Amino acid sequence: MSQQYDVVIIGAGPAGLSAGLYAARSRMSVLILEKEKKGGQIVTTDEVANYPGSVPEATGPSLIARMVEQCHEFGASIEMKTVVDLDFESKIKKLVLNDGSTVEAKSVIIATGAQPRKLGVDGEKELTGKGISYCATCDADFFTDLDVYCIGGGDTAVEEAIYLTKFASKVTIVHRRDELRAAKSIQEKAFKNEKIEFIWDAVVEEVNGDGIVEQMVLRNKKTDEKQVIDAPEDVGTFGIFVFVGYIPNTNLFKDHIELSKRGYIDTCPEMKTEIPGVFAAGDVREKTLRQVVTATADGAIAATQAEHYISNTEF
Amino acid sequence: MLVLDKKTFEEEVLNQDGFTLVDYFSDGCEPCKALMPDVEDLAEAYGDQVKFCKLNTTGARRLAISQRVMGLPAILLYKDGEKVDECTKDDATKAEIEAMINKHI
Repeated sequence: MSQQYDVVIIGAGPAGLSAGLYAARSRMSVLILEKEKKGGQIVTTDEVANYPGSVPEATGPSLIARMVEQCHEFGASIEMKTVVDLDFESKIKKLVLNDGSTVEAKSVIIATGAQPRKLGVDGEKELTGKGISYCATCDADFFTDLDVYCIGGGDTAVEEAIYLTKFASKVTIVHRRDELRAAKSIQEKAFKNEKIEFIWDAVVEEVNGDGIVEQMVLRNKKTDEKQVIDAPEDVGTFGIFVFVGYIPNTNLFKDHIELSKRGYIDTCPEMKTEIPGVFAAGDVREKTLRQVVTATADGAIAATQAEHYISNTEF
Repeated sequence: MLVLDKKTFEEEVLNQDGFTLVDYFSDGCEPCKALMPDVEDLAEAYGDQVKFCKLNTTGARRLAISQRVMGLPAILLYKDGEKVDECTKDDATKAEIEAMINKHI
């Protein structure tokens, strides 16, 4: 007999934890499932300056630790398991987990978030963790006194470039347009930073190296000219940090819920999906601003709506 | 798990017969911290066939780079002091690490 919960939440990032906290607080039985690491993308951030009310020097991990604590305080369970299959057809939803077990839920909140987009070029897979990185706080240390290239021009790319100047000898932002997309306040900091340089209108064509990054080929989008960047001979390598947007983690749901053109889940302002009793919250939703503050707000709304749904539905 | 540092690495890993697994982590690497309990579980299960070690790369950066480790988490498997396989970044999950161990032992 599989265990049944009022609400099962898929994903333990800010949206899922907020939903868990709200759902558990309204006395529903709550299970939060997390496949990888609690906290989602925010745990790779060492500074959360824009979450209202967060303490000075709040880090991604410290913020998440508190959210997890709050979930536990109100009685939500968190299990480190992956959902491998699901059945949303009947009123009681079923989720099959990677350990072979099944859990049942009156309501499901999808909070699976998004993940960094890859460059999709030759050499990327082989050299990930060998000079190519998607996580500055994880890997910045390795690039102390080396040259680093940051690919992208959005908030994340520019903020992480600034962070990387604490380690690298020089940071070059490589952007496919001729101006940054990042918020003006972040741009200003970058332009003022003496260690940051820019290569405009350029995209990465390939990355080469024997077990470690040794060369990167860029192409100018306006002139089609190629630019080959070789590692300085004395150190033999350099870093490439990739921040070129995100892709939603919706693969599991694509046969069950119609996705938006960009692959996100469409919801109404109450976080309802097209399936009664199934809600979505956080970065996985089609929306305009993906921040911790919007994720936690989504989670709260989804949990409240799940409670309404359960109390107004006969099971 | 045996805690390594740059002084003991050569003796405990490179000059070691049989299988040695090294979990490379650092102070700032949150995914590494999340993974560590899984590696400790594997150490319980496979400890009699593989020597499980961990190395904090904060302060051992050059050593890590000498092992071609420039991204975390990285779990490297050595046989008789030679690297035979690794699970890095997205591949550094409990299931993948266990599969890697089973492939070689």
